[in-house]
Amino acid sequence: MKFKTRSFDDVPGVLEVRDLTVRLAGNDTAPPVLDRVSLKIRQGETVCLVGESGSGKSVTSLSIMGLLPKGALVATGGRIELENRNLLELGPQAMRDMRARKISMIFQEPMTALNPVIRVGDQIGEVLDTHTRLPAREKKARVLDIMNQVHLPDVERIYRSYPHQLSGGQRQRIMIAMALILEPQLLIADEPTTALDVTTQKQILSLIAELQETHGTAVLFITHDMGVVAEIADTVHVMKLGQIVEHAPVEDLLRRPRQEYTKQLLQSVPSLTPRAPRAMSADGTVLSVSGLQKVYGAHGVFVRREPTRAASDVNFSISRGRTLGIVGESGSGKSTVARCIMRLVDPTDGDIRVADQEIARLSRRELRPYRKHIQIVFQDPFRSLNPRWTIGRSLIEGPLNIGTDKQAALKRAAELLTLVGLPDDAVNRYPHQFSGGQRQRVAIARAIAMEPDVLVADEAVSALDVSVQAQVLDLLDELQQKLGIAILFITHDLRVAAQICDEVVVMQHGRIVEHDTAANVLANPQHPYTRALIEAAPGRQWDFANFRELQTA
Amino acid sequence: MLGYIIRRILAVIPVMLIVAIFVFLLLRLTPGDPAAIIAGDAATPAQLERIRTSLGLADPLHIQFLTWAKLLFQGDLGTSLISRTPVTQMIGQRIWPTFNIAILTIALSVLIAVPMGVLAAWRHRTWVDYLVMAFSVLGFSIPVFVIGYLFIQAFSIELRWLPVQGYAAPSEGFGKFLSRAILPCLTLATIYVALIARMTRASMLEVLGEDYIRTARAKGVKETVVLFRHALRNAAVPIMTIIGTGFALLIGGVVVTESVFNIPGIGRLTVDAILARDYPVIQGMILLTSGLYVFINLLIDLSYTFFDPRIRY
Repeated sequence: MKFKTRSFDDVPGVLEVRDLTVRLAGNDTAPPVLDRVSLKIRQGETVCLVGESGSGKSVTSLSIMGLLPKGALVATGGRIELENRNLLELGPQAMRDMRARKISMIFQEPMTALNPVIRVGDQIGEVLDTHTRLPAREKKARVLDIMNQVHLPDVERIYRSYPHQLSGGQRQRIMIAMALILEPQLLIADEPTTALDVTTQKQILSLIAELQETHGTAVLFITHDMGVVAEIADTVHVMKLGQIVEHAPVEDLLRRPRQEYTKQLLQSVPSLTPRAPRAMSADGTVLSVSGLQKVYGAHGVFVRREPTRAASDVNFSISRGRTLGIVGESGSGKSTVARCIMRLVDPTDGDIRVADQEIARLSRRELRPYRKHIQIVFQDPFRSLNPRWTIGRSLIEGPLNIGTDKQAALKRAAELLTLVGLPDDAVNRYPHQFSGGQRQRVAIARAIAMEPDVLVADEAVSALDVSVQAQVLDLLDELQQKLGIAILFITHDLRVAAQICDEVVVMQHGRIVEHDTAANVLANPQHPYTRALIEAAPGRQWDFANFRELQTA
Repeated sequence: MLGYIIRRILAVIPVMLIVAIFVFLLLRLTPGDPAAIIAGDAATPAQLERIRTSLGLADPLHIQFLTWAKLLFQGDLGTSLISRTPVTQMIGQRIWPTFNIAILTIALSVLIAVPMGVLAAWRHRTWVDYLVMAFSVLGFSIPVFVIGYLFIQAFSIELRWLPVQGYAAPSEGFGKFLSRAILPCLTLATIYVALIARMTRASMLEVLGEDYIRTARAKGVKETVVLFRHALRNAAVPIMTIIGTGFALLIGGVVVTESVFNIPGIGRLTVDAILARDYPVIQGMILLTSGLYVFINLLIDLSYTFFDPRIRY
């Protein structure tokens, strides 16, 4: 692993934050949201701010931009210094003048960060309209120039496009173009690649590095992904509960973390080395899929569109007590396969056998008794539980539907909560009283309440912080050992796949391109697409949990 | 795009056909002899017979409908039972006052309500917001005729700035039209201002929480630009819906205001026709108002594609 090692001792500073304290507006008794945060960024330096959700990373960046939500958060102490001026003392007009000219920001979600009703060229041009007075032709030339610099193809066409006509990666390039067109001294990137596929992430990271080089920009990069940190950081600051608990040059931090919290954070990063596979059980297959195909948009009276093959010729099977991972990027068809198996969408063709019954062509009514054999856990635990229902009611709904007695179901619900590591009195509480990780435990309890043969986990840990992610993965593992359940695990994250799967299926454009044991797929990938995926995984030569290079056996 | 417009226009045909069948059946299915209804109480048997033949009542129902529809296409809606003038001519005379008042009312409402709603959303949970909301509740609650009489009392009788009642066409001089139309328009506008301001505020509040608003602010764009360029257009679709249906309602149902201000519009024409059981006029009015609703809904749908480039059906 090659880290950045450039020394910044004699480089002039760009931004200095000293003892920044941010509180909830009108509430001086609550603990501060940011507690005396200090950090310094120098010309050309990349400072990574890492920490789990709620640690204050984004509040720090929004404070620097002067964009704290009005009436909710206020900076009550400290200084933010840029060009010998304290940004906290600037009036609204003076602060607006700094934005885009001196400090720019790019955000996490390129899908929502651009205005959907304005052409992207005009959105980039608006920065020039706001801060300069250029004649129209020169303005357009500048916009096209920066669009070329961020390596957008066919810039004339994209200039006239609306955001929805572009891919996620292209949109993030537009955001970067917008942020850098006036060559600011500081670029704040708030999780800019979290919502992107690994291969796109790699491109965007190298783009930011390239532009940083040519323009000498200082970058404050906010992320929760240690792999990304290892690739791009000069200096790392670790945040926890509104404080910076440790900061050091990247290699020091990854090799010799001093704080317990930092060590914990690094040890939660799942390793790319697969775990030992489970024994093939004699009980045999519980789910088998053959020739599965799903085509969208083929019919419609007035609609003449090219049908989309979301999945074609998908074959696999899972046996009791084993985990099969489906890995692929967005649009590869992995979620379509999951939804077909659940019969949440109807497959166009193919067989799905659950509990020795072909279910792909059963009617809704005929399907009902078979629903209990296969259950799903979704990605976002904040949206997959009914906010107006108690946990208990969510847990017993399924069993009641198949005729379980209510008292028995409630008793079972309490047991299940203990099983997934929650207090059994949680049955009477509501989802908002739980954290994301706890809600995902509830979602898992809800799924296993039906005593299924197969559990489908659709990106079930992708929305969780790494430490919570590790706990939920452990839980799934434990449940599998206890109950002998088979798991179909859908993920875009190779690290997660390595930790939980016995076998891995790699999908691209709706087709399976590789299917083998997890160890073979990760250590010895055959298909070029699999190789590209593994190569794009950031920090793959580093063994985070053991603070050293990956030892190859 | 063009394909969408054509499909959308074609979709109007079945709707209008159903309306036409309903209107046709209105007279045929009313208990009693349609000819007797049309002829009135004092008709002689010979007159009844003449009407029966002219309506083709001896023919089967679908032939009757075709005959009727053919006349409809030629712009012949029949003759009023009371005034003995053609219905098209009657509606043609009365539609313009109503139409002009409706246009002015909607224009006033939009000009007042949209900035009010934007301001309330921008200053969410401050006194500005509460003031706008209070006005909105008030606007909903006061009956139209109360506002009308209050305006007349204040501006016409006390201050003597404007005439009490009556109507003048814009062709008689725009000033004259405005001096007579402004009070009824303001009266009608009260409720629309309340409605549109509320909808604008709600829609803007949602949009102002979006990521691209934060992006615009991060570019250093002025707040007015953030509000009107970035937010309002994204918030426009529900606001347009309210404005469109509001306009259609104005054409069909401004009876009270027309009565208070003595305006010869189609609201009063409808009420008079219903009271006098003037079936041909009622038929004409139903056709007109439903046609108008369909047309305005079409315009609203087409306007969505203008406000939001993602809408391409």
